[in-house]
Amino acid sequence: MGGIAGFLFEQHGEKANRVTHGLAVLASAAGILFSLSILLTGKLWALELQGSFPVGALRLAANSFSAFFLLIISFLSLAASVFALGYTREYQGKPHSPSKNSKVNGTSSGNLQLEENRCQGKKNIALLGFFYNFFILAMLLVVIVQNAFYFLFFWELMSLASYFLVIFEHERPEAQSAGTLYLIMTHVGTAFITAAFLLLFIHTSSFSFDVFRAAAGTLSPALKNVIFLAALIGFGTKAGVIPLHIWLPQAHPQAPSHVSALMSGVMIKTAIYGLLLFLFNFLGETPGWWGHVILAVAILSTLLGILYALMENDLKRLLAFSSIENIGIILLGVGMALVFKTLRQPLYAGFALIAALYHVINHAVFKGLLFLGAGSVLSGTHTRNMEGLGGLIRKMPWTAAFFLVGAVAIAALPPLNGFISEWLIFIALLLGCEGASPAMHFFSPVLAALLGLAGALAASCFVKAFGVTFLGRSRSGHADHAHEVSGSMKLGMGILAAGCLGLSLAAPWVMKVLGRIVQSLSGTDIPVGAMVRKSFLMSPSGSSQFSPLLIALILSAFLIGVVIVLRVLLGKKFVRLGPSWDCGMPGLGSRMQYTATGYSKPLRRIFSFLYQPTRRVELEDEGHEMLRTAQRFESKITHHVDEWVYKPLSEFVAELSRKAKQIQTGHIQLYLSYIFVTLILLLLFFGGRS
Amino acid sequence: MPAILGSIFQLLFMAILAPALSWFIKKMKAASQNRVGSSLVQVYSDLWKLFRKDMVISETASWIFRAMPFVLFVSIFTAASMLPVLGVHSLFGFTGDVILFVYLLALGRFFLTLAALDTGTTFGGMGSSREMTLSSLAEPALLLAFFSLSFRAHTLSLEGIVSYFASESPVQMLFFTSLAFGALLIVTIAESGRIPVDNPATHLELTMVHEAMILEYSGRYLALIEWSHQIKQLVFLTLLADLFFPWGIAGSWDSLALGLSLALYLGKVFFLAFVIGWIEIHSAKLRLFRVPDLLAVAFVLAILSLLGQLIIGRGI
Repeated sequence: MGGIAGFLFEQHGEKANRVTHGLAVLASAAGILFSLSILLTGKLWALELQGSFPVGALRLAANSFSAFFLLIISFLSLAASVFALGYTREYQGKPHSPSKNSKVNGTSSGNLQLEENRCQGKKNIALLGFFYNFFILAMLLVVIVQNAFYFLFFWELMSLASYFLVIFEHERPEAQSAGTLYLIMTHVGTAFITAAFLLLFIHTSSFSFDVFRAAAGTLSPALKNVIFLAALIGFGTKAGVIPLHIWLPQAHPQAPSHVSALMSGVMIKTAIYGLLLFLFNFLGETPGWWGHVILAVAILSTLLGILYALMENDLKRLLAFSSIENIGIILLGVGMALVFKTLRQPLYAGFALIAALYHVINHAVFKGLLFLGAGSVLSGTHTRNMEGLGGLIRKMPWTAAFFLVGAVAIAALPPLNGFISEWLIFIALLLGCEGASPAMHFFSPVLAALLGLAGALAASCFVKAFGVTFLGRSRSGHADHAHEVSGSMKLGMGILAAGCLGLSLAAPWVMKVLGRIVQSLSGTDIPVGAMVRKSFLMSPSGSSQFSPLLIALILSAFLIGVVIVLRVLLGKKFVRLGPSWDCGMPGLGSRMQYTATGYSKPLRRIFSFLYQPTRRVELEDEGHEMLRTAQRFESKITHHVDEWVYKPLSEFVAELSRKAKQIQTGHIQLYLSYIFVTLILLLLFFGGRS
Repeated sequence: MPAILGSIFQLLFMAILAPALSWFIKKMKAASQNRVGSSLVQVYSDLWKLFRKDMVISETASWIFRAMPFVLFVSIFTAASMLPVLGVHSLFGFTGDVILFVYLLALGRFFLTLAALDTGTTFGGMGSSREMTLSSLAEPALLLAFFSLSFRAHTLSLEGIVSYFASESPVQMLFFTSLAFGALLIVTIAESGRIPVDNPATHLELTMVHEAMILEYSGRYLALIEWSHQIKQLVFLTLLADLFFPWGIAGSWDSLALGLSLALYLGKVFFLAFVIGWIEIHSAKLRLFRVPDLLAVAFVLAILSLLGQLIIGRGI
């Protein structure tokens, strides 16, 4: 079984690149089958590619933990690729998609040679498909590679492929600047990850993950702390935790929507994968303060992420900020797991990790769905600005329905999947009252309440996102001329919407599988029986239980009951359609509706200490204030991290480069003498040492 | 079997009792203003009449508008079905905990605020925006108050917390839970749309919150929304009664215990309604941007309650 699946998977990278999205669909399906086969059988899969590699053989292996990430990436790629079949027609300017055009041949040594054909169109779909497939392939390889050197190589490949996808619409200046910022930040992150791996390499003289695992016990505490911080900063940059997030809300919205879905849905999860690998595999025993640091970062990301999302009027930027919030929620689970791990409570630690991983998959599914929905809105109306939308539910009923499913899920409302993982995280936090230190007794319920605040704000945010975009009257010509999207795009969203429901109803089963995954990560036995009984999810301390299936049944039974009782008791109702109430002054227009900015105004005022909003009103009149000819309104909020950290930093770097310019005169003789002097200095330095 | 019948009875009893509580507060206000006020029959006949009336629906409205009254009613009714009322057990209390309870109410609110945006009027947006703002701030206070109580009771299930406090001695109990009571009382006022947070009797655009959202509704849908709102108010009053005056709640379903519990329950919720009414009569509606301060008080009370449990230790 493992062999056949492995064969299927090996095909993956090559096949996926032969036909862009069509084959990406097949490859993702193969990826799903492959990862499921590992997850369900619990077998290990490994493959060693020998060849002319500079640093040893390329070893790929997947245990349940890797397979879990493989599954998520494949599942979301499947939906995104199906969606892309229709979505990319936008870029071609013709109705039918001529298929793919790029090819990858695996040569005997395992090196990849690229061939590429271009197709004519408004945009180069071949290029898009090429980078798209490379992006997926790199993400998949990142989670199965077993060697630090190749990990970094694929990590870089993933970053670069996604960079080219971000700047795919490169004629727009904001795409370019977002791409540049992304490139810089992601390399800063990679630098820290490289540092973390190099420290491990110096300690173990090997790049192999297996050696890292074996040597976990021998690390000195100081070294461990340094590696932990480097890994946290490095992976935190990729995951977009605050204050390392600034690239995320700029870069994610610029990419084509199916790519945004992948970036927000799964690419930032590869950072979670890496972080978990370090925390639970490479670093052995962990000191207590690590968990606290992660919890602090997590709650900061959760609250600030959703607060900034609330203030956004750009649909895709709003979703990107909400990804920061969700990464925070995942890290809350990870932080609690670390706290319990330090206290040697494997049951609670396992539960917290399961909660975090459950949110990883849930967020991938509903955020993917929402980004695809935003992509549909974009392709139907050609705008992402909510202020110009409205009333789309009539023009795009399917997109609206799918987006609503995503919105209910991300607002953590029962009976969809968002609530399941939110509930698990709540319980994981509250377990801090049972088994942790006295300080945690106080902080963990407060953290849980703050998570509740984030949940309520998320509901508010997505009422705004859905309500302003899809309900009411259309606010501009963009929304007037909206049209429903094509079948494949609906199918892409439909797959993920079904995933939202399925992940909720099958929660106990998912928990059991996650239990096995956590077991393969942490190596300790997780008695899932204490967390799941029949259709119930249980708190391991026995303090609570909850059955998603029963709740869904009760809700639907009551719903059907109420409808039937009213129909039988009172007969059919008579409905007359009329205009909305206009206070007796006819001419109710779309401009009288609440705007997206207006909707979030109360919260902007309440949290003004954080946002420090500035507003500017310009009035033009003809000599008298009653005769206004034009009025302009501008409102902005302050992003403190940008203002306080990055602005001074970029000014400092600019200043430094200005100074450095002075020694760059353009004379080649001078440059040669620089090289010469450097050489002499190096020789003196190293010569003196030997 | 008697357990199931008893718990179904208490659920229906609550649904039927709910309008009477709204009437009681209205009557109190009338008395304070030297008016006679309507009779008890009036609130029921109002509802009945609305249920049988034809409806006018906005042309702008989509299916969200039509689905909302049902979703709202069902989510609140399901939350109510998890709540112990006369006995410590409830119909569906075993299916979830306080977190589910809070999020079920949030589900109804989510659709309520969406439907308000559906008709494309200013009022709808105004109500929707304000409701979401206020509830975002009320929800953490509500959750933290629950967590501070569950910290002591070692359980998150509503049934579990209620039966734990029912078995505590009254003096100790009041000592431990009075701060949480304050927090929950403020949340109750906010959630049931009472002065000083929202004014249920106004249709003035400056002050409306809940009424602004349902302005476009008529006939059967309006009846369903009104009834849901009344049930939600009683759910919160019952919660207060359950958690802070749990004495006399029936541990078993025999008729004697049930009868006693019924009488006590009526006394408790009408007393709490009296408190809410008294606050309503004696205070003015707060400006919208002062309400967050009030909700912050609720949050701080919940934190203090938690701290109190911590310092004194659990299980004394």
